[in-house]
Amino acid sequence: MEYHFTLPLREEDIAVLRAGDVVYLSGIIYTARDAAHKRMYDALRAGQPLPLDIRDAVIYYMGPSPAREGRPIGSAGPTTASRMDKYAPELLDLGLKAMIGKGRRSEQVREAIIRNRCIYFAAVGGAGALLSKAIKASEVIAYEDLGTEAIRKLTVENFPVIVVIDAEGNNLYDIALEQYREEARD
Amino acid sequence: MREIDVKKVTETVAEMCIEANHFLTPDMKEALNRAADREKAPLGKKVLEQLQDNLKIAGEDMIPICQDTGMAVLFVEVGQEVHFVGGDLEEALQEGVRRGYTDGFLRKSVVRDPLDRVNTGDNTPAVIHYSIVSGDKVKITFAPKGFGSENMSRIFMLKPADGIEGVKKAILTAVHDAGPNACPPMVIGVGIGGTFEKCAILSKKALTRPLDHPSEIPYVRELEQEMLEKINRSGIGPGGLGGSTTALAVNIETYPTHIAGLPVAVNICCHVNRHAVREL
Repeated sequence: MEYHFTLPLREEDIAVLRAGDVVYLSGIIYTARDAAHKRMYDALRAGQPLPLDIRDAVIYYMGPSPAREGRPIGSAGPTTASRMDKYAPELLDLGLKAMIGKGRRSEQVREAIIRNRCIYFAAVGGAGALLSKAIKASEVIAYEDLGTEAIRKLTVENFPVIVVIDAEGNNLYDIALEQYREEARD
Repeated sequence: MREIDVKKVTETVAEMCIEANHFLTPDMKEALNRAADREKAPLGKKVLEQLQDNLKIAGEDMIPICQDTGMAVLFVEVGQEVHFVGGDLEEALQEGVRRGYTDGFLRKSVVRDPLDRVNTGDNTPAVIHYSIVSGDKVKITFAPKGFGSENMSRIFMLKPADGIEGVKKAILTAVHDAGPNACPPMVIGVGIGGTFEKCAILSKKALTRPLDHPSEIPYVRELEQEMLEKINRSGIGPGGLGGSTTALAVNIETYPTHIAGLPVAVNICCHVNRHAVREL
């Protein structure tokens, strides 16, 4: 199925999404990758607030290339999500609604997705020039010293993603292997 | 002796950084186009079409193909008749990377220390592999490497008794483990033989060989073909979303090795297998 959603995602949006659905997101998403996640993790340990309102937020695992003059952002494709697996379950328990990345997630992340009725989306890895066209504005809101790894607030229009893990825990990567594998793994 | 001013080296490397991050070589584009025509899985085909659009946008609007513009890797073959003037060769190469990544709006992805992790701010230092060859030319190959796929690369120190079956198993294990993480369709660089570090460098070098130039060694060429077919029956598919396009090519390089060993390195690259080659 194909859906167009305006953020934030509502319960009823999440309820219809199944692994393999193509979704176009419009609204506000936040970027954070390795270094920003570590800082958020340390902030929570120290009892400090997070630099963004995590409730119902969408985090895009992405560190852009620099923007040329007159453009909101440079190349902007997803990074490998598994490096954020250590941090994701806690953020999901705090209200994070969806993550956009690429690649497999741990069982702990999948369980946290089911527990909180969230979604793990993939964007197409290595399509950073194409994906940048769906980003209309970008503003660094925290950890500016981290450069490309700073937390950015992005305004996106019809940003194309695919549901990899849905709120029931179905995983598209596993389903795809079952469907398309032509011989047993040696 | 032929004199080469290192300023020329810097300018050339800076240009190559920008070129390689915005334009794939014709063999890579050709392989992607062929795959998009052939792929039957609906989502897989959609991914390949997005990658074709992405390449077009990257070249037309000068937006890097991928935001991970990589750690810069340089293979520098220096003819022994060459005399560099005007400064230090190593510094000239690093300056080329510094300038290319700064002037070209490329991402700075290098940290000064693997554990304190402070970004150097200019994507240096590059990893440089030098070799001295005959003649009076300098050949520079620039191959930036993104880490989504680099992280999925492996080295296997096999036993001679493991033989070719062991090599096949090693390659397939690395590819299956990489799966969707390495941004398939992948290009697989394999080094067999040498020592621990030699096979790793061979596997990296293998990624810079044009995809339409199979190995000249008959058994290696057969192995490349067999591995490509097997990998494309794995089901992983474009983006890991399922299909028959998991790899675009398997390039294998070999080197003599020790009586006691059979090292195999598998350097996995994503579909953005970038490189530029220039001769001075």
